Formats: sequence, C-alpha cells, structure tokens
Amino acid sequence: MYTQTVMDHFKNPRNVGVIESADGVGEVGNPVCGDMMTFYIKVKENVIEDVKFQTFGCGAAIAVSSMVSEMAKGKTLEEASQITNKKVAEALEGLPKQKMHCSNLGADALHKAIEDFKMKKEGTAYKPTPKKCYCPFCDVENPNEAEFCTGCGKGLEDEHEHGH
Amino acid sequence: MAVIYTDHVAAMPIHSKVYESMVPYFKEFYGNPSSIHEDGEKAREALEEARGKVARLIGAQDEEIIFTSCGTESNNLALKGIALAHQAKGKEVIISGIEHFSIMHCANALEKAGFHITRLPVDQYGMVDPDAVERAISPQTILVSVMHSNPEVGTIEPIAEIGRITRAKKVLFHTDAVDSVGNIPVDVNELNVDLLSLAGSTFYGPKGAGALYIRKGVKIQPLLDGGIQERGLRAGTENVPAIVGMGVAADLAREEIPQRMSYLKGLAGRLTEDLPKGIPYIRFLGHPTRRLPGIVSVAVEYIEGEAMLLFMDMEGVRISSGSACISRSLKVSHVMLAMGVDAATAQGSLLFSFGMQNKPEDVDHILQVLPPIVERLRNMSPVYRKAMAKKA
Repeated sequence: MYTQTVMDHFKNPRNVGVIESADGVGEVGNPVCGDMMTFYIKVKENVIEDVKFQTFGCGAAIAVSSMVSEMAKGKTLEEASQITNKKVAEALEGLPKQKMHCSNLGADALHKAIEDFKMKKEGTAYKPTPKKCYCPFCDVENPNEAEFCTGCGKGLEDEHEHGH
Repeated sequence: MAVIYTDHVAAMPIHSKVYESMVPYFKEFYGNPSSIHEDGEKAREALEEARGKVARLIGAQDEEIIFTSCGTESNNLALKGIALAHQAKGKEVIISGIEHFSIMHCANALEKAGFHITRLPVDQYGMVDPDAVERAISPQTILVSVMHSNPEVGTIEPIAEIGRITRAKKVLFHTDAVDSVGNIPVDVNELNVDLLSLAGSTFYGPKGAGALYIRKGVKIQPLLDGGIQERGLRAGTENVPAIVGMGVAADLAREEIPQRMSYLKGLAGRLTEDLPKGIPYIRFLGHPTRRLPGIVSVAVEYIEGEAMLLFMDMEGVRISSGSACISRSLKVSHVMLAMGVDAATAQGSLLFSFGMQNKPEDVDHILQVLPPIVERLRNMSPVYRKAMAKKA
C-alpha cells in the first residue's frame, strides 16, 4: 500500500515532539476526521532553526509530518512557505490516492506555524497561499467549497466539513 | 518471524479435511451437476450430499437450502428477492443500523427503487431491541432483516425474540448469520427465521460457497436468470468443489462447535482480562456476555487504528480496525457510530478475531508487543497530550 519512503518515515519519524517555547505553532485536522497534526517551529534570523511535530493519524499522516519537518528544517521562512502538500507527496514517492486529501496536511500545518510566528513576532498577518482541495475519490483539484468534484462528479460536501 | 494471524473475520484457512475433500472435484469428478450422464450424476450426488450437511448444521430440511457464491450473494437474494416477490403486499423493509454492507447497500438500492426502509437503532452494545422491531412493523412491512451476530464487535442479537414478533405479525424475517453459522449453535426453528444467510468461508470452508436458507413455502424472486439450477432460484453452474468443501466444513463444525467455542473463549477472555493491565485508557466494544467466542473488539483512546495495525503487522500480528483510515470509503465504522461510540474513539479501534490455529502463546505475544506500540503512538499524539494536560 505504501512506498518504501513512506514506510521508512512511518517507522522512524524524524523530529517527533514538542517545542515548549516555540516561536510558532500550527495545528490542522481533528481526530474525528482521522488525522490531526501539530507543528512547532523555532525561528532565528528568518530561518527555521528547529521543527517538531505531533500527529494523530494513519501511517501516511505520520510519514507526511516527518517528511515536512525534514524539508522545513534549516530553510528560510520564504523557502518553507513554498513547501506544498504536493511536493511532500512527491518527496515520499507518492501516497495512496484516498490518502491525498485527509492525510496530506503537513504543509498546511507548517504554514500555519509560520503564520502564527509572523503574527506573534512581527504583528503582521502572514497570508498563506490559497488552500487547495483535492477530491478524495479521484484526486482532481477542486475549488475549496466545491459541492461536487469537477473530475468525477462525486459529492464533496461531507469532505469539506473536515475543517481543512 | 512467526506470523500470528488474528483476523479470522476477514478470512480463515480451510481445514485440511475440507481441502482434501475438494481436490477430486477439480480433476476427477468435474462433471456438470445438470448433465444426466454418469459424470453429471456424480457431481449432483456430491452437491446433494453437501446440501444435506449444510441443512443439518442449521436444523433445516435439504430442499430449504439454496447454494450461492458467498454471504453477500445470499444477502442480496434474501433482501431483493423477497422485496420483489412481495411488493404487492407492501413496500416496507426493516433492517438494523449495524448490518453488513451487503444488507445496508441492498436496502439503499431498494430505497432508490421506491421501497421504504426503516433502520433500527441499537444500544451501546450494538443490540437491537425486539420491542423496537414490533413498533416499527406496519401493515405494509414485508420483511425484517437483523443480523445474527456482528463480526466487528461480537454482539449476538436477540433473533429468536424478534422472530416471535415477526411470526405473530405475519412478516417475513431474514437473518444474516454469516458470522454465526459454524461458530456458535444456529437452528432455524429455534430462531424463528424464514430466511438465513451463511457462508462456508467463515467456518474453515473455502471462499466461493455460500447458502441461503429459505423456509418451505416462502416465495422469492431469483436475481440471476438462466438455467434451472437450485430449483430455478439461482441460475448458473454450481461451484461443486467449493460446495463439497462447505459441506465437509459444516459436518466438522457440527461436531466441534462446543470445543471450538470454549477454546476461543479462553483465548479472547485472557486478552480481554490482561490488556487493560498493560494499556490505560482502553474500552471494550460489544456486549460483555452475549458475544461471539473468538472476538475481542477494543478501542484504544487518543491514537489511530491504522498506525497500530501497521506496527502490529511488523511484529507479525495480523489484525483489523474500524478506523476510517483503513476503509476505502474513509468512513469510520457505521457499526461503532450506531452504538454511540464517538468517531475519534472509533478511529482507535482494533479487532482481534481468533481461530483454531491460534495458540495461548499468541495472546502472550500480543500482550507483549501492543503496549509499547500504543505508548509510542501516544507519545507522538497531540490528542493524547491535550487529554493528559486536561486530566493533570
């Protein structure tokens, strides 16, 4: 079901934990919908010096969080903001289609942590890139509040209720 | 690494005697039971012998058994076949909220075709209230279908009581007994049922053979049109080797059910008793006493089931879970939601289903490897961290 890279990150997730005095914290998802991720970042001179995460979720969710933490560490805030869920999935050499929507939230959680940091430290609201929404059935990209998938026509209303 | 298979509700190995009984029917006695020459006759005899064995297992008469390809087909034939044959009387069908997909989705299809479906609620143990069935029956009700036992949580339903009500009200009653037959005593007359689904693959028989018991005199419309196999109720050449295997499995089950039950109860009982000693914040699902003997259904709070399942797999232990993350529909188990288990808790559900190949040491191994896996996942769970902060 999962690629070797996914299994590697699932078995040995990098950067698991909590940063008590984090500069930014971002949280996405909820346990009811299946996956929840919390990211903590420590920022020094515009660079993500340290990153830790906690995740409630399936193998894919844990691997995604781990991969995002590795991709973000040592990057500038601008570079880290460019990390997308799609790039994370590519770095993991692919995720099962049905997991793209629900478990691939790591980049969103990271962006929220960066946003939190900017709001706290600079007092300026960070504007995240518009969130993308992929159909859990056929993986086609859809507008965020789409009622039906433009790709396969399946109803998406329930899927949006997940809060991401 | 030794594999500990505890996912018998998904699939189980066939009994070696069952396997041996099937082999000649692939190469030696390959005749078509519908042929009238000697080779056909041999296959027909084997088919009828198997019918007798399956009938005896559930206290039915031979001619009340219709062979199908699986439990799902039996359930489809029961629901759709009865609905189509009796729609002149009324278009109301009653099912429970914890049925297998093959009942649930059949009911959805009937609903689309203009039938009215009532879905009965269950209590916290997944139990249907017979009084609720009585209240739900109207003059237009043609069929009630409640499963005999639920494989996800193990609960055994009060089928005989429900059957008394449907009989008094002159409404047909079907039970999906796929997970019961061959595992616990099932008698169609004691249960007061008119139709009953079973499958050989749930009692050490092969996949590909099922049956529907149809009480004598009950009218039903076939779903497959074709030849006149199975009294015209199920067209298509019979899967003779699989049906022969199911017959032998039925005979073995009839002899061994008491021993099997007490053995499996012992394994499940010890896991249920000892698991809470190594893992805090867990709860067992399903009825505490009225349950299938080999099933332990447990919700581990604050973590998700697929992650546990994958780590257990790496330790050689094969299990299942009601988590949304392992279902293709990405929906949490409807059985658990119907029982009032909140979705977050259902995400952390694990299902152990023991079989006769399991050994007491298997329980030891599970008790040894699961607690560290749970601890590891809880240590990386933001939900656990929040819950513990709240408790502190």
